[in-house]
Amino acid sequence: MSDMRKVSSNPHVRSKTTTSNIMMWVVIALLPATGFGIYNFGLNALITVVLSVGTAVLAEFCYEKAMKKPITIGDFSAVVTGLLLALNLPSTVPWWIPVLGSIFAIIMVKQIFGGLGQNFMNPALGGRCFLMISFPAIMTNFITDTYTGATPLANLKNGVEVNVMDMIIGRTGGTIGETSMLCIMIGAMILFILGIIDYVIPFTYIITFVVFVALFGGYGLNFSYISAHLAGGGLMLGAFFMATDYVTCPITPKGKVIYGVILGLLTGIFRIFGANAEGVSYAIIITNLLVPLIEKFTIPRAFGIKKAARKEVKKA
Amino acid sequence: MARGTFTGGIHPYEGKELSKDKPIKIVMPKGELVYPVSQHIGAPAKPVVRVGDHVLTGQMIAEAGGFVSAPIFATVSGTVKAIEPRRLATGAMCNSIIVENDEKYEEVEFKPMKPYEEMTAQDKIDAVRNAGVVGMGGAGFPTAVKFSPKEPDRIDYVIANCSECEPYLTSDYRRMIEEPELLLEGLKIAVSIFPNARGILAIEDNKPDAIAKFTELTKDEDKISVKAVKTKYPEGAERMLIYACTGREINSSMLPADAGCIVDNVDTLCAVCRAVKEGRPLMERIVTITGEAVENPQNYKVRIGTNYRELLEDAGLKSEPAKIISGGPMMGFAVFDLDVPTTKTASALTCLSSDEVSALEPSACINCARCVEVCPERLVPKNLADAVEHNDEKTFLAMYGMECCECGCCSFICPARRQLTQLIKGMRKIQLGKRKK
Repeated sequence: MSDMRKVSSNPHVRSKTTTSNIMMWVVIALLPATGFGIYNFGLNALITVVLSVGTAVLAEFCYEKAMKKPITIGDFSAVVTGLLLALNLPSTVPWWIPVLGSIFAIIMVKQIFGGLGQNFMNPALGGRCFLMISFPAIMTNFITDTYTGATPLANLKNGVEVNVMDMIIGRTGGTIGETSMLCIMIGAMILFILGIIDYVIPFTYIITFVVFVALFGGYGLNFSYISAHLAGGGLMLGAFFMATDYVTCPITPKGKVIYGVILGLLTGIFRIFGANAEGVSYAIIITNLLVPLIEKFTIPRAFGIKKAARKEVKKA
Repeated sequence: MARGTFTGGIHPYEGKELSKDKPIKIVMPKGELVYPVSQHIGAPAKPVVRVGDHVLTGQMIAEAGGFVSAPIFATVSGTVKAIEPRRLATGAMCNSIIVENDEKYEEVEFKPMKPYEEMTAQDKIDAVRNAGVVGMGGAGFPTAVKFSPKEPDRIDYVIANCSECEPYLTSDYRRMIEEPELLLEGLKIAVSIFPNARGILAIEDNKPDAIAKFTELTKDEDKISVKAVKTKYPEGAERMLIYACTGREINSSMLPADAGCIVDNVDTLCAVCRAVKEGRPLMERIVTITGEAVENPQNYKVRIGTNYRELLEDAGLKSEPAKIISGGPMMGFAVFDLDVPTTKTASALTCLSSDEVSALEPSACINCARCVEVCPERLVPKNLADAVEHNDEKTFLAMYGMECCECGCCSFICPARRQLTQLIKGMRKIQLGKRKK
């Protein structure tokens, strides 16, 4: 035993990607949409974002401190939750709405179930739906100084003409982060290029939704109707940033396809047959609940397992 | 020709430029040489010399301990000093024959069993068996056993595994560049054992010069072809390579022969050629001494049994290595003590100047599915690791846990730094132990 050196089981190298830099990139990818929201809706939007992110981080810190658990605010996941929640709120909300929503999202949806990785539904959407059910009037007040009318989706539902170009750029009423399809796509591109999100879920989701709207929307393959549905409401934000939330989407390749299809169907049903104009949040949190079931039935066959067995049968 | 590959896999830092242009250097052993009796899969070899005996270079010092086993030969001349347990690179103790080198290198006379043209397939297999040739890529499966499948006429391909996908390693590459004829001859011999076989040289496409060289050398061969495979780890894993070359899939309980394939490593085929044509036993191999902490990374032709420390002394150290690995960083064993012998399966010594792993704290899984994407065996490493943490053997087996090839891709990629491969490996050991009972 001349020189005792450090040993460990192989592999002895690791990739550079860590949980915290993944989360940081998600925050960076959300910045175009956040920036546009603040530009579009003004100071109150900024205050909402700051309060929401701040409360989320603080709530995580306090809970973990109180429960004597290791402090994990350094992984940026609470920042992502807070930011996503803010982007899902109208800019007109009073200060206590983002605070309450963030506390609910972090403590009730995430921490009580075991913290990062254990939550069964997207915390930001859980927080939003809690607020929607508790304070429906505040949560659907989209009237600001600039935008006095209903949201484009509400107009679409009531058969009022909408301007698709405005919707793509984002010059419409709505929640802080959902209005600009363009800014969301810029963020999504960053995540695609870095390999942080996979194209399977957003694309199966959007394609299924388009098919559903074409079949049941009442306008067939009308281009402007379908593109208004795509650009309107939280579909883009939901498809690229919330349906792809790692913790609450299936881990198996086939499961991702099934998950995307169910999301598309539910969003279509809620938007076209539901009472509300919007359906993305509810579609995502309901499908989140189906994930364990989806994963259970889509465990892939291991390399060389079934095919070989089949060949054996043929030979015999 | 379509470029063969498989789904999954990773692209770690290759580090091959450190030693890839360094010609093979011959190094002579100094003091004692250590020959563990277990340098292969199967029964340990039985020593046939006694303490105090004088042995010659190439003399058999331990005979095969059974059908799946291999004899061991002295690689220097000298005196048997002791037969006692010594430590291996894996950390285990193994009974070993220790020979004091007299530095005279007196050889026994090597001659082939018969002229090559008169040899039957069985003669060739016997020559390989008598020479103690085993798979030198790491597993150490006796090559003669590999060459004796139940139905030799069902073997369609003999694949020379020239992919060398493990980071940092360049020993196979140097062999390909410096002794291509020897490798090719070895492959031809292996192909000639099977009536219906064709030979494939599977080379990763980060070695274009090797691909060009072998394409040139094989242009008049009708039974041998070169296949460029994609540069990706673990392209050289046996099951992945068979898939990349032939599209056939085998699982953990099958042998390559079940898919009509025989896969052999570069050094192994060179040893096959020497054994059949010259009657020389397996005595040497190429070892890469490399890593950021090494002054002069080198490829050495080493007499098996040479101490690792001697090789490292020749290459020199630039700085104190944080970790020394026998083999490459993905599949190698970290050694805590350098006083271990090179064996038939020792491919490299990698000295990392920083130890990125020991300080890492695993954090919560975020279900990102990266482990699923990279797993070449199409497993769900996250679920397997969870099952291991809960000691849930039933779920582990139901989710094909035994199919894991322990390549390390999942641990490499995990952003939460979970010890996925390590957990799965532990459970596989337990299950394999239970099967034996």
